[in-house]
Amino acid sequence: MSPVHYVALAVILFVIGGVGVLVRRNAIVIFMCIELMLNACNLAFVAFASLHGNLDGQVIAFFVMVVAAAEVVVGLAILMSIYRARRSASVDDANLLKY
Amino acid sequence: MSGVLAAGTNADVIARETLFWILAVISVAAALAMILVRRAVHCAIMLAVVMLCLATMYAMQGAPFLAFVQIIVYTGAVLMLFLFVLMLIGISSGDSIVETIKGQRLAAGLAAIGFLVLLALGIGHAAIGPAARPTAANGPTNLTGLSTLIFTTYVFPFEVTGALLITAALGAMVLAYRERTTPRPTQRELAARRLSSGQLAPDPSPGVYALHDAADRPALLPDGSTSDLSVSPVLSQRAVTEGPGFVPPEETVEITAEGGGREIAPSGRADS
Repeated sequence: MSPVHYVALAVILFVIGGVGVLVRRNAIVIFMCIELMLNACNLAFVAFASLHGNLDGQVIAFFVMVVAAAEVVVGLAILMSIYRARRSASVDDANLLKY
Repeated sequence: MSGVLAAGTNADVIARETLFWILAVISVAAALAMILVRRAVHCAIMLAVVMLCLATMYAMQGAPFLAFVQIIVYTGAVLMLFLFVLMLIGISSGDSIVETIKGQRLAAGLAAIGFLVLLALGIGHAAIGPAARPTAANGPTNLTGLSTLIFTTYVFPFEVTGALLITAALGAMVLAYRERTTPRPTQRELAARRLSSGQLAPDPSPGVYALHDAADRPALLPDGSTSDLSVSPVLSQRAVTEGPGFVPPEETVEITAEGGGREIAPSGRADS
């Protein structure tokens, strides 16, 4: 398989994740869509690593995974504290800073 | 796995192409389902499917270490964390169908199409060549090659990553910590509260009927009415009982007598 196929698949998955972030209103689902976008980026990184025949892309993908794990931990903790205050996980209800 | 797939014979190429197309279709379908299904738990399951497909693709592309990290860290840890938080704060948190901002979905779709065209044009112009021949770094020495890179060229980002993880762990602890604002009631105060509440005994347990026995069924009182006290309020709050065949606690007696709900046999417990 040529790497361009993998990159095309990564693009499609990234766009789907972006649509999910824009359309969904549940904050947890939005987080999942962000994870999908990060995964798509990882796929592109690995595809380019195999295109160039070295391991740098795989190392970057590894770092992306670590950052994604940290992001999920903090994000879900924020979600939980918002849920405690507002009793809702919907992004529409977190509107205290709205004009 | 990659060692087998990277052998380079014709049959291997065909097998790899077939596997790619199968996985591509599955992962795109699962990703689409993820943004379309309403319940958050189903989204998580769809995301797991996408992640497992991607892990297989990593293995096909000569990244066995990343494939296993993807399965262990993403599907194993991150997704379980998602499910854990879902259980904590919102099994019921399906999305509302109403659009809060008018035309938002249409605008999102247009923006997505535009973005897709933009990316497709960029990649189409990029002239991506064929993959380099798989080397030993894509097979048996993948792990040593990665560790050499991480601990030589990328050692500073690696250490920054450690700092980031510690900060994230601390941040999660601080955010999830709830300070007690009132002193913990002593056993004497708890006993006094129970005495003054007028109900000394614990709440009745859920109904145990001849044919049906579930936590969402109210207990039957001696006079034939049902007791709402016996059904945990968490069930209705989380809408766990909204599935097909759910019978609201008030109507349980009448409907089970007619054989509705989730009863197995129509004869119910009408006279019990």
